[in-house]
Amino acid sequence: MSVGILDPDPRRSLPVDEPNTDVIQGTLDLLILKTLSLQPMHGFGIARRIEQVSRGSFKVNPGSLLTALQRLERAGWLEAAWRQTENSRRAKFYTLTRTGRKQLDLETADWTRRASAVARLLKADA
Amino acid sequence: MTWSPWRQLSRGLRRLTNRSAADQDVADEVQHYLDEATAARVADGLSPEAAVRAARLEVGNVTSVREQVRGYGWESTVETLFHDFRYAARRLRAEPVFSAIMTLTLAVGIGATTAIFSVVQPVLFEPLPYPDAGRIVSIWEVDLDGSRNDGTFGMYHGLRERAHGFDAIAVFMPWRPALTGPDQPDRLEGQRVSVGYFQVLGVTPILGRTFQISEDRLNGANVVVLSDALWRRRFGADRSIIGRQLTLDDASYLVIGVMPSGFENVLAPAAELWAPLQYDLSQGRDWGHHLRMVGRLGPGVTVDEATRELARLGRAVLAEQRPATYGREVSLVAEPLHADVTSAVRPALLAMLGAGILVLLIACVNVTNLLLTRGIRRRGEFALRAALGAGNGRLIRQLLTESLLLAAMGGAVGMAVALLGVPALVALSPPGLPRVGAIGFNATVFAFGMVLTTVIGVAFGVIPALQAARGDPHRGLHHGSRRTHGGHRRTRSALVAAEVALALVLLVSSGLLFRSLERLFAVEAGFDSSHLLTLQLQTSGRPGPDGATEDRIFGLILEAVERVPGVTAAALTSQLPLSGDLDRYGVFFDPSLSADPGEVRGTFRYAVSAGYHHTMGIPLRRGRLLGEEDGAAAPRVALISESMAKRRLPGLDPIGRRVRIGDGPLYTIVGVVGDVKQMSLAVNESEAVYVTEAQWRFEDNEMSLVIRAHGEAAALAPAVRQAIWSVGKNVPIARVVTMDGLVAASAAERRFALILFGAFALAALVLAAAGLYGVLSGNVAERIGEIGVRSALGASRGNILALVVRQAMTVTGLGVAIGLGGAVAAIQVIASLLFGISRFDPVAYLGVVALLAGVAMVACGVPAWRAARVDPASALRVE
Repeated sequence: MSVGILDPDPRRSLPVDEPNTDVIQGTLDLLILKTLSLQPMHGFGIARRIEQVSRGSFKVNPGSLLTALQRLERAGWLEAAWRQTENSRRAKFYTLTRTGRKQLDLETADWTRRASAVARLLKADA
Repeated sequence: MTWSPWRQLSRGLRRLTNRSAADQDVADEVQHYLDEATAARVADGLSPEAAVRAARLEVGNVTSVREQVRGYGWESTVETLFHDFRYAARRLRAEPVFSAIMTLTLAVGIGATTAIFSVVQPVLFEPLPYPDAGRIVSIWEVDLDGSRNDGTFGMYHGLRERAHGFDAIAVFMPWRPALTGPDQPDRLEGQRVSVGYFQVLGVTPILGRTFQISEDRLNGANVVVLSDALWRRRFGADRSIIGRQLTLDDASYLVIGVMPSGFENVLAPAAELWAPLQYDLSQGRDWGHHLRMVGRLGPGVTVDEATRELARLGRAVLAEQRPATYGREVSLVAEPLHADVTSAVRPALLAMLGAGILVLLIACVNVTNLLLTRGIRRRGEFALRAALGAGNGRLIRQLLTESLLLAAMGGAVGMAVALLGVPALVALSPPGLPRVGAIGFNATVFAFGMVLTTVIGVAFGVIPALQAARGDPHRGLHHGSRRTHGGHRRTRSALVAAEVALALVLLVSSGLLFRSLERLFAVEAGFDSSHLLTLQLQTSGRPGPDGATEDRIFGLILEAVERVPGVTAAALTSQLPLSGDLDRYGVFFDPSLSADPGEVRGTFRYAVSAGYHHTMGIPLRRGRLLGEEDGAAAPRVALISESMAKRRLPGLDPIGRRVRIGDGPLYTIVGVVGDVKQMSLAVNESEAVYVTEAQWRFEDNEMSLVIRAHGEAAALAPAVRQAIWSVGKNVPIARVVTMDGLVAASAAERRFALILFGAFALAALVLAAAGLYGVLSGNVAERIGEIGVRSALGASRGNILALVVRQAMTVTGLGVAIGLGGAVAAIQVIASLLFGISRFDPVAYLGVVALLAGVAMVACGVPAWRAARVDPASALRVE
């Protein structure tokens, strides 16, 4: 019988001295796809890259990230394979597939449209 | 978002079938993530220990991350369900007695309800098996007193041309032709129908055609349509049957059609062949009420509109030609055919469905009680699991799985009970039950049982789940013992009281039905039914219009039967009491005594042989009986029944008075005989007139033979058959049954209801007793410490006994009080099935209350005895 132990609050594990935001709901997939469009990567690499590129504004929760990778793989947008890393550890690398690339274009266009709409709204308000 | 089901399915299945590899994959990935995170910190310049710590902080609890990733996908839900299911099965196996009791209890409830549903559903809830069945109506003539009469040909003829609200109107009458040919003579059940009959029902033949207007005229072509069953039985489903000739009643009939096998004829379920009505207007019976009328409403016409039109047209028809047999005011009504054919059985069937539901409710109360008791025992387990982090949702899902599993087991056994019970119900069902052929354990019944089972499973999962969810884990862990607080005890006592109340309703209903049946069998039929064999004979020739040309075959048969050894007397009659025969005429006294012919009720007309009253044992009250001397040439004489003399000729001497039967000649009354029950033991219509067959104006081609035997009546049947066939080889013999059998059949509907109610009441009583016992013994077990303290403080065994018995009687008394109220309300439903007793019959009520009190005493006996023998020292140690 497996008893689900409650997750500790994920924010508690973040370094408190950096100003940060949780990844905006629903954008994690987009961020993963975009990151992988450059080169195949493993889970930690993706998380690191998102943090670095966002200059630390986005912190990725490992549980959410790995679950999202499963989901995207199941959707056919990623392919996963165990390979040696440059420091000779075995890691699960994710590669963007052709349908994944299409999906990235779709989601990028969608996000741009939304973001500019929000921006316009905010400007009009100000 | 694209979503590929195939990929979902294949990946999910791969993970399901190889769980450990998939788990290892997730674990490796999480571990690698942690390693990389640590390496990154080291690269940032942290010491190895600090890097490990920082990475741990960043990643969080590794197990929890693993669980989160592992929980993705449909397969993990399936897995959880599977785990819950396995755990539930293990729990139920660990408590075999509990599981068996629950399964059986639920099986009784689900089985009873499902079996009854299988009878009620096709009869009451399903539309009749015709296209647009809602548009088919029965058309009745209604007398001033509201009683319904069959239709007349005259009215049909008048209405058919004028009624615009109807697509078709048809009349029909029973027809029982004798089929002769190379095989044994066979009397068939059939119908003579007017040309629109099949249009009204909306059915078409599978082979050939139905009737044309030109065939529905007197001396029209002799044509016949066969049922699928007859076509298969007698003619081997030969498709070349169309165009062949059959010999029916010594006349040649051309087969023109065969109806499909699915054609269910609710108007005459036994009918196997149909011929055109070819109504003979020369007999002067065209205004006699002996035809049933049905119609198909035009599209969009409501029943009310049709009734209004019929009333208007009926008046118009009568205004043109008012026949003597019609009263001043005759109205016509249309009633949906479905309501009409089921009206007689509807109250009984609904009462039975209600009884089934009561049994189910009682079973559910018992199960609830058991679950509550078990829930208390399992409080410790749930508290522990909640303390270990299982969420409420998880616990509730576990409980739901358990109760669904229990319900499924109960449902499976219950369905098996229903599967066996349905054929038994059909075999027991009274002859008047319509659509018996549609009753069976079919998909609808199965679906009903499934839904019932699921609803019960969910409901029973929720009760203990709420109970568990409300509990505070800390207190639960602390009180992991078997002590309970008063609230639970009160809930359970209330439930048992409810159970007693429900059982009482069922028991009182069965008690009243039993007393009714007792009364019914005490009713005097008006004749001596013992040692009496009856059968129906038929001449195969159609009677001539004057009747005189007929040979004396019935007389010869009678003489032959009288010579059979063991026969003490035999006689013929045109209609046999309690057999379903129904032949009524308007009877008028001369000079007319009743001013209003509308008051004339139908009077049973019997054309009998001379020894009929003697053979039947019908007593003579005044005057003389009919004798051999009252032949065709002698003066016409008649006997009337006692109640007819009393009602129609109050204070007058009937002897010597003259009477007219229908439109026929006058008969002189020569005697008064005792009343006889013709329709059923429960129906008190006993106005009858008897004439000799020789003096009746046409020859009945169906006669019943009554034979009084010296010994066992049924044993005579083979010898009587031989005697009859020695006279006429082509005489079909039908309906061979003892008079005692007919008397029993007359009570069939009530007996059916009694058997069902009795079985349900017995189940209810056992369940209620079990519930009472369960709660009392549970209470004693829980209060063992208290009882120990009491006896340590000086309470005697008697005091302790009284404590338990008092509790039992309080619960029972409460249940009885509520149940009596419920019974008074519920008896309304079965009022139509009662006979000869008040619905408040004290014997039934007091008997049931005494029975319940006795059962309660027995149920509390064991717990009370156990409580009285509690050893104070050991009881106190339990604490």
